[in-house]
Amino acid sequence: MNRFLPRALMAPAVITLFLWMIVPLLMTLYFSFVTYNLMQPGERPFSGLENFHYFVTDPDFWPAVMNTLLLIGWVIVITVIGGVLLALLVNEPFPGRGIVRVLLISPFFVMPAVNALLWKHMMMNPIYGVLANVWTFFGLTPVDWLTDVPLLSVVIMVAWQWLPFACLIFITSLQSLDREQMEAARMDGANAFQRFGYLTVPHLGRPMAVVIMIEMIFLLSVFAEIAITTNGGPGNESTNLTYMIFKQSLMNFDVGVASAGALFAVILANIVAAFLIRIIGKNLD
Amino acid sequence: MQANPLFTALRAVGAWGVALLLFFPLGWLFLTAFKTELQAIHVPPLFVFEPTMDNFGEVQRRSDYLLFARNSLITSVGSTILGLLIAAPAAYSMAFFRTKRTRDILMWMLSTKMMPAVGALVPIYVLAQTAGMLDTLPALIIVFTLSNLPIMVWMLYTSYKDIPNEILEAARMDGASIWTEFRHVVMPLSVGGLASCGLLCLVLSWNEAFWALNLTSAKAGTLATLIASYSSPEGLFWAKLSAASLMAIAPIVVFGWFSQKQLVQGLTFGAVK
Amino acid sequence: MAYLELKNIKKSFGDAHIIKGVDLQINKGEFIVFVGPSGCGKSTLLRLIAGLEPVTSGQLMLDGREITNLPSGKRDLAMVFQSYALYPHMSVADNMSFALKLANVPKDEIRKKVDYAAKQLNLTNYLERTPKELSGGQRQRVAIGRAIVRAPKVFLFDEPLSNLDAALRGNTRVEIHKLHVALGATSIYVTHDQVEAMTLADRVVVLKDGLIEQVGAPMDLYDRPANQFVAQFIGMPSMNMIAASAIPSFSAQTGGRLPSDGFLGVRPEGLRVSPVNGAGVRGKVDLIEALGSDTLIHVDVDGVPLIARQNERTPLHVGDDVAVELDPSVLHLFSREGHTVAA
Repeated sequence: MNRFLPRALMAPAVITLFLWMIVPLLMTLYFSFVTYNLMQPGERPFSGLENFHYFVTDPDFWPAVMNTLLLIGWVIVITVIGGVLLALLVNEPFPGRGIVRVLLISPFFVMPAVNALLWKHMMMNPIYGVLANVWTFFGLTPVDWLTDVPLLSVVIMVAWQWLPFACLIFITSLQSLDREQMEAARMDGANAFQRFGYLTVPHLGRPMAVVIMIEMIFLLSVFAEIAITTNGGPGNESTNLTYMIFKQSLMNFDVGVASAGALFAVILANIVAAFLIRIIGKNLD
Repeated sequence: MQANPLFTALRAVGAWGVALLLFFPLGWLFLTAFKTELQAIHVPPLFVFEPTMDNFGEVQRRSDYLLFARNSLITSVGSTILGLLIAAPAAYSMAFFRTKRTRDILMWMLSTKMMPAVGALVPIYVLAQTAGMLDTLPALIIVFTLSNLPIMVWMLYTSYKDIPNEILEAARMDGASIWTEFRHVVMPLSVGGLASCGLLCLVLSWNEAFWALNLTSAKAGTLATLIASYSSPEGLFWAKLSAASLMAIAPIVVFGWFSQKQLVQGLTFGAVK
Repeated sequence: MAYLELKNIKKSFGDAHIIKGVDLQINKGEFIVFVGPSGCGKSTLLRLIAGLEPVTSGQLMLDGREITNLPSGKRDLAMVFQSYALYPHMSVADNMSFALKLANVPKDEIRKKVDYAAKQLNLTNYLERTPKELSGGQRQRVAIGRAIVRAPKVFLFDEPLSNLDAALRGNTRVEIHKLHVALGATSIYVTHDQVEAMTLADRVVVLKDGLIEQVGAPMDLYDRPANQFVAQFIGMPSMNMIAASAIPSFSAQTGGRLPSDGFLGVRPEGLRVSPVNGAGVRGKVDLIEALGSDTLIHVDVDGVPLIARQNERTPLHVGDDVAVELDPSVLHLFSREGHTVAA
């Protein structure tokens, strides 16, 4: 009974997750080495590395990689810096702090689909959008966001959504900052900037690492915002790796190539995940 | 040491300013939902107007909002319940019957969450197609459950571990069997953790767009797909879009307000205290 | 026959040997205290008796029955935990009646026992409160009440007073003692505080590194320590230890019984400090600790630091030259290895 019960309890979770991981992985592996188009099911001849070659030489490939990196990079920079500053701002009490916190974290819970359309129409529409109105108010010509700067537009949407996440994490972390340590530093003669640099920043080092890692993983899969607003365009200016794979699989129905691409994405994610696991692992009692 | 009142005032102004600025798009969404279409595209934008509830009815008429809402509800609640049923025993086992391999198994579970969904898109799509389960609710429920399972196991594991060991030992000394221990001590003390976990899963499933968009169309579509379908405009539709969006996001945003702390824990896999 | 018997109990966690072979016999109604430095294994030993950890080898006998492999709930023992371990979601009354409910004791009998215990512990007005609403001292009493209600064969206490503040500790210590006198129950009490050991115990068990150093009544341990460790562990401030060669005039007073490489032990109250013209060895005052009821005088004699205690206030000051003499009737002699040499 002693050895059986724990295993029985864990079995459903372990088995289902194992299948969830292994089955798609094996299938993807298989598909990546055959020629397989969903429009022509039946023949699935072995094609070696052809799919990989095709994927990598696709004119969209390198732009997609670039865009993915740019998207992830910019969003991380904006959210981390913004998050830290906001967290510091909200760290001390002031009237209405509770409400401010609620306002600040709201964007994170908005459906990505709503997020996308909200920005596409209400904010970024070059004629009727709020941003357009603000621009004209200052006498400037409104920006046609989604056409002229598609990637930046996507960055804005995604950053708007993830800023609250980073902010919330940093707020939580700042609350565990040792007050007594701060007071000791103050008595030692450190001014506000020095206290920030020597005490706060190192304390935030770990949450920053966690935020960066987690965002890297989730931002790799940004999909809804692109699919609903720019469809990767114009051209491939706002296509990221995920969207490119999606295009291949469910728009071109070329499962073979899409699988090759998926493997790339998985390998990329694996590398990042390995680092994240190390950090979390250290925290596990 | 008392804070300098000037700093506090500056801080308040700054914080309120930024908060209102960041919240503005949502606030604007809220307002637009109560405008007519003409008011919605009015240049310059209108802040004062006479509100109308027409849009909400219109959305339901045109695109059967309730159907999609029902699907969202079914898939979210379904995946949450299924998830809890699978995750709770596993987490319990890992917390109270710990072995040398427990930590590795937990880490492995978390790593499955970190794989991009797009990596599984093709196989899952093909599987669903072969099984004739495209555009069905059960398919979504299964996929949502599996996507959220690692986080749920993790959250429940931490909330079980939070129960002080000495209380369980006291129960043992009082003569409790394992089952009694579970029923009278562990369960009452972990209800909070279960609730937070459930909330998190609800939020994640409700907002889920990737699988919903790819695996469903007319019959099993969730609110995410409904909203996405508004992306191809047919004439003036902003007010209706806002109304539909508002109805789609309101419950979750409110949920989010109440479960901030648990969500941080769940989403960072506990790495940030 | 002993009521509770430990026969060659050993406990290891992997390669770490925590309990290395303990034999102990406890009589019915005795109040036994396990005392020793951190890491000596006293808590582990208690938990072995409770059944919260399995023994690696050895036997446990209770009232003629072997309990070595019985689960905790079936040993008829009750434990008061250091952190009290109350059930946070249950009221005081429910906390105290939990075990009885599990044993299917009829409701009115449970009620009677809980009320009786509550009266003993002044908890009658708190029966419906939850642990959150109680102070530290009250929680502690609930923990004790939970144990009393079960009328077990043996009570086990795991450092129950360490989470209380000093004043409360003193009062509760007295209450525990009175409770023991009233109930006459066999008890095992673990503490690192030797004041608790000396005042509560019928017999004290001094442990070090997983082995028993000495077992005996408090005064026996005080007057006749079996070795240097016990001599220095019991008594506050510690017994003065003087190497045989350090102060020859002291060593001479043992009549040659002190081994030349051994140690001479004398408690602070066995030293007399007087102004420099008096009899005794010359020394210098290092520090004076005036406690009101007694005075501790730290003296340096030829480089050897000594502490003397007296009941009177002292006119001496730091830096004064003094004479130190010892009372030869309270000397303790130790060999180089630390064993007591027969007096």
